[in-house]
Amino acid sequence: MTDPELPLVTLADLGVLRDVRVEDGVVVVEITPTWSGCPAMGVMRADLVHALHRAGYAEVDVRTVLSPAWSTDWITGEGRRRLAAGGIAPPGPAPARSTGPVPLTLGPSRRTAECPVCGSADTVETSAFSGTACKALRRCRSCAEPFEHLKER
Amino acid sequence: MHEETVYDALDSAHGGEGQWAFGTGFDEPLAGVDTTVPDGIDPADLGEYCLMLGDDALVLAQRLTEWMTAARELEEEVAFGNTALDLLGQARLLLARAGSVGVLGRSRERATPSIPDEDALAYFRDPDEFRCTALVAAPGGDFGQTMVRLLAASTLRLAVFTRLRDSRDPVLAAIAAKGVHELTYHRDHAARWVLRLGDGTPESHRRAQAGVDAVWPLLADVFSATDVERRLVAAGVAVDPAATRSEVTAVLTQVLGQATLRVPEWPADVPPRGRVGEHSPDLTALLATLQGLARQHPAATW
Repeated sequence: MTDPELPLVTLADLGVLRDVRVEDGVVVVEITPTWSGCPAMGVMRADLVHALHRAGYAEVDVRTVLSPAWSTDWITGEGRRRLAAGGIAPPGPAPARSTGPVPLTLGPSRRTAECPVCGSADTVETSAFSGTACKALRRCRSCAEPFEHLKER
Repeated sequence: MHEETVYDALDSAHGGEGQWAFGTGFDEPLAGVDTTVPDGIDPADLGEYCLMLGDDALVLAQRLTEWMTAARELEEEVAFGNTALDLLGQARLLLARAGSVGVLGRSRERATPSIPDEDALAYFRDPDEFRCTALVAAPGGDFGQTMVRLLAASTLRLAVFTRLRDSRDPVLAAIAAKGVHELTYHRDHAARWVLRLGDGTPESHRRAQAGVDAVWPLLADVFSATDVERRLVAAGVAVDPAATRSEVTAVLTQVLGQATLRVPEWPADVPPRGRVGEHSPDLTALLATLQGLARQHPAATW
């Protein structure tokens, strides 16, 4: 099963799939949304039910888990390799989760990412927002290619 | 191939009856989440509070969406779209939470039964049933004013959400914990633009200052708690907006100061207005756009 908006990675590699188990003959699947507004959740749910039905499991219960909140740190090494191979720079370490107020960041973004095309580290963020909620837009200063970056959270 | 599977799956998930045309999704966003209300929490108050937070997000998302096809740079249009989408996601979860405790106002009388609660609440409540503040309902103005309003609204919301992560309602706490990451991006994006505009050219400075002067009077009731909020603060569920005052004023003062913008005098506190359903005609006009089509075709499917 893959993310409909990131079809190069599986739901497991993305950290969206939290658990699969059988309870009293029912396949219980737990998934967690990435960003609150991610429009792919409904499709993922329907895809999972469909795939399990096709595999012969008649009773399927796909449950949403909201807590703990999804973090890009849950993306597996394989998921990161697949993202980079598909032209999307994988996220760096997620910002530390503190319990207090979130400090304001006024300077230019300190996020860094290697260019997935040429591998250069000399890249610059052109926008914190891109084609889907989970990505930022960057440009490589070595090969000049624009690329997307799965942003940390 | 993949799309075929997706639409096949969606169709079968809905019994081949089609999906309500104006809804935000294909399934109830809290599906499988334990929505039991913990002991000692009044479900009616909890639902009303979820409407306050959900309506702020829904209405601000609509205001930001007004920039679609109108922003001067593609990147900024995408930024508005993403910010609005995050807020819409938060609104969906919060309105679904209100629905899960039976707080639906008169929306269920107007919406057809197949429409999910969160959509019934979004599309089939009248303006006086909305609980958003004037800060998000006021027209956006130019780009500078839009960014000043986004800065103020996301600073306030982030300050509330960071505290709400400790709410005794686990659903509200989980929605807040997710939202904090999104609101941090929104606030920092708006702050950088206010900095750039205020400390930019004489024209950008003039317009950013005009934006500040237009937005500041809207802050008069943002720290005033309703009776519902007071009861829920005592029950460990809600955040007292007054508790965020020093953090919010410090952030806004810092950004405006660095942007070489004059910080207007903070307006004197007034009792809650939008939170108790008192709105200007601006909200009526906004809802006419947001709800018009769904109300004209309440049973439309695709």
